[in-house]
Amino acid sequence: MTTILDAVEVPTPKRPWNKKRQTFIRSAILMSISLVFSWLLSSTTELGGVLGFYLGLAVCLPVVVLIESIRHGRNVAIDRVASSVILAMFGVVVIPWISIVTTVYQKGSKAFYWGYLTTDMRFTASGESLEFGGALHAIVGTLVMVLIASLISVPLGITAAIYIVEIKGRFASSVRFFTQAMSGVPSIVAGLFIYSTICIFFGGFSAWAGALAYTILMLPTVARTSEEVLKLVPDELRAASYALGASQARTVFQVVLPTIATGLVTSAILGIARVAGETAPLLLTASYFVATSRNLNEPIASLPIYIFSNLGLGDANATTRAWGGSLVLLIVVFVLFSVARGLSARLSRK
Amino acid sequence: MDTPNLETKEVINSNIQMEPTVMNDTTRRNADNLEAKGESGLETRGVHAWFDKHHALADVSLHFPENTVTGLIGPSGCGKSTFLRLLNRMHEFIPKAAMAGQVLFEGNDIYADDVNAIDMRRRIGMVFQKPNPFPAMNIGENVVAGLKLSKIKSDNKDEVIEDCLTRAGLWNEVKDRLKSPGGSLSGGQQQRLCIARSLALKPDVLLLDEPCSALDPGSTLRVEETIVQLSESMTIVIVTHNMQQAARVSDYCAFFLSDGGPGHLVEADLTTSIFSNPKDTRTADYVQGRFG
Repeated sequence: MTTILDAVEVPTPKRPWNKKRQTFIRSAILMSISLVFSWLLSSTTELGGVLGFYLGLAVCLPVVVLIESIRHGRNVAIDRVASSVILAMFGVVVIPWISIVTTVYQKGSKAFYWGYLTTDMRFTASGESLEFGGALHAIVGTLVMVLIASLISVPLGITAAIYIVEIKGRFASSVRFFTQAMSGVPSIVAGLFIYSTICIFFGGFSAWAGALAYTILMLPTVARTSEEVLKLVPDELRAASYALGASQARTVFQVVLPTIATGLVTSAILGIARVAGETAPLLLTASYFVATSRNLNEPIASLPIYIFSNLGLGDANATTRAWGGSLVLLIVVFVLFSVARGLSARLSRK
Repeated sequence: MDTPNLETKEVINSNIQMEPTVMNDTTRRNADNLEAKGESGLETRGVHAWFDKHHALADVSLHFPENTVTGLIGPSGCGKSTFLRLLNRMHEFIPKAAMAGQVLFEGNDIYADDVNAIDMRRRIGMVFQKPNPFPAMNIGENVVAGLKLSKIKSDNKDEVIEDCLTRAGLWNEVKDRLKSPGGSLSGGQQQRLCIARSLALKPDVLLLDEPCSALDPGSTLRVEETIVQLSESMTIVIVTHNMQQAARVSDYCAFFLSDGGPGHLVEADLTTSIFSNPKDTRTADYVQGRFG
């Protein structure tokens, strides 16, 4: 079979839209010049330290870019200066984030040894040497309460969103109003509510109470994000399903929800992210316990309370343990995020 | 059945003064068919439609004889699509929509209290203007989605898939990639996939709402061939803005118009009569492209 390829010499594929090497070199040179200027600025003026240096950079970079690019004309100059300003703003956002992660890592890693993740504080006082004790009880407690809260609030939240978007029931607007109002509830109030309704009448602090306090905070987040995601489903899909003789229930469960599986996983992640680091609601509900819990009717440890209680002691070793707990909390949230992301990627590939 | 002949039907440019064409060659295509005859096919009686306070459609009485193609034509906003959606109760999904009149399917009013709209829609299928395959399903699953959605058990899903895709004129193009997502097809293929999806439920009536408006001429032609083939075994109602298309595929044509007020039926007749010898001058003006 003869094709066009027999008659034509095939050129090598190129990507002429890719940034050219010169552009990269020019940007690097401009960046170094700005770095030198901002270093001069921070060392000669009152603007000291890393912050001063960065502030200097944020000012110098656009100025340097402006001076260099002005010869190409007004439009080019505006374009490049705008890019450099956005780059500087990007730094404003990213630098604190990197700073938090590195600080937590530096201080928290000192508390780590092989047993930090496998032992609890049952036989260890907070001030004791860092070779003993660990955060197992807190990790288990946080995971248990987040799991229970998710099991309650994810189905409920999605159901609420379905009620608002799909069923459009008589109370849809009031349900939406209260979900929005609930998402503004301060976390300590959620804890206080559970304390006054559950803890007082059902035997005091417990893992259940902590999980319920989490649920109160998680539910509105899940409901609202699920609602937004449901609204993204085009009405044509629903119409197509109804035109095939599907009931509303089947339309929702077999057409609408599978279409947005990824989005629903995201809404669950956002709900978990909302609560995993909360301390206040647990103070009044789950309290704290030094051993790994085996009974959900008893007080249970959690990472935020572990951090909080260790930090309150003032002892150097206890403070290090608190940093260790913070690192574990970051890792736990990161792992939960990654798992959920992986899951949703898998769902959407299917 | 005689396959509608493209040449005899394509009379759009003919002079409106020409003599009435007598089309009594088949019993199927007969102007008398437009008069309702008891319990056959689909029929509307004095149908009105409202969107909230807006009166969109007034007093449409039409009969769609069994196993024929009826084209609904008319300028935008004349209520054709609204009318079509009334025929399988899709109108009621629009908030604040209202209707009056009767839609009779095999002699029974589909708006009667004891009618289950869900079961009824399985027998009166619909294909929409914009192709809407289900994104969470692959091509094969899309075809049998109707069976799954209405919980109809089928032992030979593969046969159903092949049969429906063949009838929709898509089988040869997709037989090797039934597992790819429906969205990976081109627009024309997606529309034929949607037609295949409606066919899996073996409907008695198929409603098509401008099915070719987003398609290229090649795909349009294939969809039209599909429609003509399908009309051997089902009643088809098609809304179209394309006069040539109406002339090519339909046995009967109904011309709708809105003169400021609600849309209404101006004239319904054999397609050849509508194009060659319309009774109403507005119909003549429209099919000749003088307005609309």
